[in-house]
Amino acid sequence: MSDDGGLLNVMLRGGDPATAAGWEDHPPRMGFFTDTSVCIGCKACEVACKEWNGVPEDGLDWTGMSHDNSGGLGADTWRHVAFIEQRAPIGSHQSNFQREDDSFRWLMSSDVCKHCTHAACLDVCPTGAIFRTEFGTVVVQADVCNGCGYCVPACPYGVLDKREDDGRIFKCTLCYDRLEVGQEPACAKACPTDSIQFGELEGLRERAGGRVQQLHEAGVTEARLYGHDASNGVGGDGAFFLLLDEPEVYGLPPDPVVTTRDLPAMWRRVGVAAGAMLAGAVASFVASAGR
Amino acid sequence: MSPRRDHPGASYYGKPVINPPVWEEREIAGYLFLGGLAGSSSILAAGADLTGRHRLARRSRLCASGAIGLSLLALIKDLGRPLRFINMLRTFKITSPMSVGTWIVSAYASMNFAATGSELTGVLPLVGRAAGVGAGLTGAGVATYTAALIADTAVPAWHEGYREMPFLFAGSASSAGAGFGLVAAPLAENAPAQRMAVAGAVVELAAEQLLERRLGMVAETMHEGTAGRRLRAAKALTALGAVGAATLGRRNRLAAAASGAALVAGSALTRFGIFAAGMTSARDPKYTVEPQRRRLEQSGAAQVPA
Repeated sequence: MSDDGGLLNVMLRGGDPATAAGWEDHPPRMGFFTDTSVCIGCKACEVACKEWNGVPEDGLDWTGMSHDNSGGLGADTWRHVAFIEQRAPIGSHQSNFQREDDSFRWLMSSDVCKHCTHAACLDVCPTGAIFRTEFGTVVVQADVCNGCGYCVPACPYGVLDKREDDGRIFKCTLCYDRLEVGQEPACAKACPTDSIQFGELEGLRERAGGRVQQLHEAGVTEARLYGHDASNGVGGDGAFFLLLDEPEVYGLPPDPVVTTRDLPAMWRRVGVAAGAMLAGAVASFVASAGR
Repeated sequence: MSPRRDHPGASYYGKPVINPPVWEEREIAGYLFLGGLAGSSSILAAGADLTGRHRLARRSRLCASGAIGLSLLALIKDLGRPLRFINMLRTFKITSPMSVGTWIVSAYASMNFAATGSELTGVLPLVGRAAGVGAGLTGAGVATYTAALIADTAVPAWHEGYREMPFLFAGSASSAGAGFGLVAAPLAENAPAQRMAVAGAVVELAAEQLLERRLGMVAETMHEGTAGRRLRAAKALTALGAVGAATLGRRNRLAAAASGAALVAGSALTRFGIFAAGMTSARDPKYTVEPQRRRLEQSGAAQVPA
């Protein structure tokens, strides 16, 4: 039986993940609320993350994807700012650039590890390198990881990846070291518009609900929360978002599900298939008796 | 007012939603095949040993040891930090098919190597025979757990097929191990291999049909490109090998060997085809987004506040 909460997380739907992982007397669950409606695409989060965590450069490439030149989350990109250019009006807002016949809006969103309640990466990690912290976050221990790569395709959000020249897997730690000394994560600290808000998850969810209502009243009816719901396929995300379009427009899955939800059914079928294989072999020998 | 979609197919510049597996095809698809070949060869070897078919037993056991030995090398080589392979053994997690598989394969490989060593040296024959039976029993686990290994990911073509994949792998492994038995054993000893080969091939082909039906639009990844070519060739070879084994497998040594070789090749192509289909389904965001979007619409939870 594992002691990192993987199994318990699968079995105990809902509830506090740190408690489920065996932490006693732990601090409240901490997380991010990223309000993309006030993101200005400055990438201060990407830079602060790299500086604080010593994350190597992720390729000096021009991607042709608007102002995005880091492409997506990976081993060397723990915060990724997406840029989406659309021929669409910006709610009821009138900008100097906007004409009736030529409306334009620029969506920007800083993506990050979701620190899922039911984290597939943690469940499938065969070495126990990935564990649940007392803050309810999910962290890869670099001194244990052997680079098997199982967590990479297990993550429904495409967060983890292998650092090729190192061989191990890396991702956002929600600045575990800073949390332990009462500091907020580097990205939230650096965000100049408070698009990235850090705090107790409960409080963030309440605040986000209020913000959506405020935007709806202001005529931005396309505003919606993503990942806040504890009944979603990953039991609720520790890092959730306010988006202005469908999740897939930002490169996010519309209905992610923790793959280990179906693992009990998989094991049952593996058991039946293995039994059938043995039974088939026995039958082959019995039918061949004397031949 | 609802904003217009300016990204066709609603993706982020066509980038994948999930990060595709970082596993090397030669090592990991190769292991899916070799693990199956090893596991079912051990089952055949144990049965042959207990029923006095000594040449079939010895050759299948050697095949199993060779295949699992190569598998271990491939699995360790594919790690980002090969010297840390031992970290696999610092815990046991039922939620991780790779962890469960590590322990099954470790137990299996030890017993199989012990049985092979005893077979070759004549030392401790009773212990060797018991180890051979143990290898046969755990061999069924080695051949099938790999279905859960790949299905327990967010890769659409693998995860959505989790119901059929264990049977597909069991059938494919059986036809590979029995196919090798037909290549290696004389006509006088190959009757069980012949039956196992035909049964395995039938299960493999049937499970693959069911899998394709289950996958819906994601089944495209099994029909197109590299995966499509491999899986079409696999089906043809498996069908040909099964018919050959059923009709001539007990009459003609050469025909039995050719049928067996076709089955082994068919099994290998099946695994490499499934691997390639998974990679395609991971790289193209539509295979992640469209089934999820449909699921949301069916559950009535489609939200767009308008």
